[in-house]
Amino acid sequence: MSAISITGTAGSPESSPQAGPAERAQPRRRQWYRQPALIAGLAIIGVILILVIAAPLITSYNPDAQNLQATLSGFSAKHWLGTDQEGRDTFTRLLYGGRIDLQVAFIAVLFPFVLGTILGSVAGYFGGWVDIIIMRLVDIVVAFPFFVLIIALVFVLGPGERSIYIAITLVGWVSYARIIRGEILVAKRQEYVLAAQSGGLSNLRIMGRHLLPNVITQAIVYAMSDIVQDILAIVTLSYLGLGIQPPTADWGTMISDGQNFLTTHWQLTTIPGLAVVITGLGLSLIGDGLADLLRPGQ
Amino acid sequence: MSTQQAVTADLQPSGEAGPLLAATGLSVSFQLGSALMARMRHEAHVLHAVDGVDLHIERGEALALVGESGSGKSTLARALAGLQRPDSGEIRMDGKLLPARRSRSDQRKIQMVFQDPYSSLNPRMTVGGMLHELLRVHHIVAGNEVESYTRELLGLVGLTEEAVHAYPRQFSGGQRQRVAIARALALRPELLVADEPVSALDVSVQATILNLLQDLRAELGLTLLLISHNLAVVRHLCDRTAVMYLGRIIEVAPTETLFARPRHPYTAGLLAAIPRMTFAAEGDAPAVQGDPPSPLRIPSGCRFRTRCPLAQPICEQEDPALTSSASDPAHSAACHFAFASVPPQRRPAVDERTTS
Amino acid sequence: MGGQGAGEQVVGEYGTGVHGALLQVSDLRVEIATRRGIVRAVDGVSLEVPSGEAVGLVGESGSGKSMTLRAIIGVLPPEARVTAGQIMLDGIDLTQLSNAQLNKIRGPKIAMIFQEPMSALNPVMRVGQQIAEGPQVHLGMNRAQSAERALELMRRVGIPDPERRFRSFPHEFSGGMRQRVMIAIALSCEPSLILCDEPTTALDVTIQDQILRLLAKLCRESGTSLVFVTHDLPVVAQVCHQLAVMYAGKIVERGTVQEVLTEPSHPYTLGLVRSAPDVDHPRSSLVAIPGSPPSLISPPSGCRFHPRCKFAEEDCTVIEPSLRLLDSGRATACLHFERCLEAVRAEGADR
Repeated sequence: MSAISITGTAGSPESSPQAGPAERAQPRRRQWYRQPALIAGLAIIGVILILVIAAPLITSYNPDAQNLQATLSGFSAKHWLGTDQEGRDTFTRLLYGGRIDLQVAFIAVLFPFVLGTILGSVAGYFGGWVDIIIMRLVDIVVAFPFFVLIIALVFVLGPGERSIYIAITLVGWVSYARIIRGEILVAKRQEYVLAAQSGGLSNLRIMGRHLLPNVITQAIVYAMSDIVQDILAIVTLSYLGLGIQPPTADWGTMISDGQNFLTTHWQLTTIPGLAVVITGLGLSLIGDGLADLLRPGQ
Repeated sequence: MSTQQAVTADLQPSGEAGPLLAATGLSVSFQLGSALMARMRHEAHVLHAVDGVDLHIERGEALALVGESGSGKSTLARALAGLQRPDSGEIRMDGKLLPARRSRSDQRKIQMVFQDPYSSLNPRMTVGGMLHELLRVHHIVAGNEVESYTRELLGLVGLTEEAVHAYPRQFSGGQRQRVAIARALALRPELLVADEPVSALDVSVQATILNLLQDLRAELGLTLLLISHNLAVVRHLCDRTAVMYLGRIIEVAPTETLFARPRHPYTAGLLAAIPRMTFAAEGDAPAVQGDPPSPLRIPSGCRFRTRCPLAQPICEQEDPALTSSASDPAHSAACHFAFASVPPQRRPAVDERTTS
Repeated sequence: MGGQGAGEQVVGEYGTGVHGALLQVSDLRVEIATRRGIVRAVDGVSLEVPSGEAVGLVGESGSGKSMTLRAIIGVLPPEARVTAGQIMLDGIDLTQLSNAQLNKIRGPKIAMIFQEPMSALNPVMRVGQQIAEGPQVHLGMNRAQSAERALELMRRVGIPDPERRFRSFPHEFSGGMRQRVMIAIALSCEPSLILCDEPTTALDVTIQDQILRLLAKLCRESGTSLVFVTHDLPVVAQVCHQLAVMYAGKIVERGTVQEVLTEPSHPYTLGLVRSAPDVDHPRSSLVAIPGSPPSLISPPSGCRFHPRCKFAEEDCTVIEPSLRLLDSGRATACLHFERCLEAVRAEGADR
């Protein structure tokens, strides 16, 4: 930590400061590896990501390829996790399904994040009518249970990836808006905002360059848990036949398809279910770890 | 052009002889909560933080605005700096009326330094970043001169180049105030408003900042409006002093005159209440009795009468205006007996009942 | 560091003798465990508070004055602990007591008032009840008796209309009134010692004046001793008879208020006095103390003040000075205090 040395044209020289504020600087950067939750979460997700990204290298099967000669086979050397009712290799479908689900989830969390942050900033910063209108919108959306609304929207928009994005965005922005609005309400009372205003900087600039970097961390932390919720939503939608459409492999449809064979071939349903749980766990751990890391103060 | 020359270039006295800044009839009020609840409590629904203030600041002078909490001094300062919209009254700069929403060029002429060094700097921006942004947005200097000008500014307040890439958290309180002052000076303002600039600092550090302000005034000919509750600091730094109580200015005078011969009982009480190093105050009776009334229930007539040892019946009926005597027009006070040759009878025991 | 040399003779300090002292702190050391190392917040502090007198403890932030106070009454933050020294109150060593034993003393023998009355008072409990609680718990009074006592205390500290105010909540009071409530709570069990941690720092000047006079009056009339911590030198002059100046965890000067403030014998005290603007005698320029307070984890060698001291010499960087007695009960921790006194007298002659 370089100390700041001062020589004065005005007043007496001050030697390098070692007081409290200088000591607060380091903790965040250096200590991320000391958070057990964060490490565990990153490890889990890391492994999962490697597996799904390297899917073509790990398995040579095509996830959609049917092989009606080898339907519903159990564990074997040829098919590690067996095949489903249409002869497709379960392991392969697991990996490729993971690809789709994770991809959609990660992208799907971005839109509400951006939309919610923008609306929340505007509501918090300007207050007045804008705030009232936006908050009433929030109230309306929040009045409906999350899943019910998502399912209803996808049903109306027609099943498929695009609908998932739209539905999640329309429903998911509210949490971000609330979080960001709350943070901005507090932050805008800080004197550096007044100073920026007195410096003649435009509102847009103040919101974007001065306030947002200071409040965004809370939204990022929330986004981690939001991804988990989104994965669950996607999987649920697919399970209901409203999400990712067959024959594309995804965990939801796998769970749904495998239901019928629960007593005989439990792995068809249970393994994808387990995958969902483990992924959710990993993401939650990352979220917790980040929250602890980014918590302000000691 | 050196920084000093550059900054003073804008400060050459204008052709007009009038004050740099003049406020007339300025009022700022805040809406509070529910009107119904307020009525049930027999309180005002609106807080008049600043209640009809006339004030002028001459070019090159250092004016102090003194008062305790609830006096409205910070609100007044912010209204003058354009950070708080007044409900009524006008503010003129060099004779020209400033609208409620100021243009960027008007905004930059009055800059503020705030009290809390820990919240007045954006924790996520480097010192250099802050200054560059201001310089660029206002085109203070040409693009390729921004960096060198930044360094000169920092030098003016006694900071080295290392500060450019540093974040506020790496500085101590006193250093942060220096950064805040550099930021205020970056826009080459004509008036610097300092709102309790040293109150949050340790005593030994206060001196460095006060010396800095004094030096800057001398070097740059800066006009300064200092808000403070600390009369010792005020006496050290300012030519003229205005005392505020519950939203009004109740006395204005050149600093030395104010300290030597205060005309308003509140000012006298304030001066007597200051703890001195060299002797302990005599007796149990404090300089000013009682608590200040709640700003939501301002007493009728003179607002100070509930705590004033000289209060007479007229004080309850008539609100005294800020007047001066013919012999000393620079000294005005808002008291019926400010210039009376014979002071009125002291009340034997002042009512300590507060109105809050 | 410094072993036995760091402490000093306590007997006969203020001419009152061991038996006259109500509170005797000897070589107190408080350490705080932090990520960066051990912070020696209080490093060998010795203090004597005679019965019925007010002793001021002055220093800037980081000097250890608040920690000293907290160590005395035993409310240190969890990371801090007393590692050495004794705190003798009425012949009992407080450092050896368990929390349960300390609880019996807190209230009847020793009480504390804080800087921020809003956070020190329970916001959801009525004020009268808060004042009455102490007597109920420690003096065994019933509700009626303790309520009567609370009213009496409220009158004594100057709270107007006490019968009505008894049932009010803290947020209904102004800052000055809340501070009076805290003083009433502190007095409720008639302690012989009250510790004051910057009680007027957050108050307006006129209210501060009222509270200071109240404290001085209470100290006089009821013979309660005070330890008054503040960073504001003139404030200490209003209430206290004796004064100790702290820097970087140590006491650097001690004596009567008049002696220390008019003729400081330690360069730090001199710096404090010179850097504060005096309302009665405006100076042309304030003399600031250069540099900044040292790290308490690895303080400078020798005298802790030497990097910022204009009288510093070779030996100051090596020898850690202990408090030495001057005549008339004064004490200073400066090896070259004569130079300091000379400078003070020269300045006085100039004026």
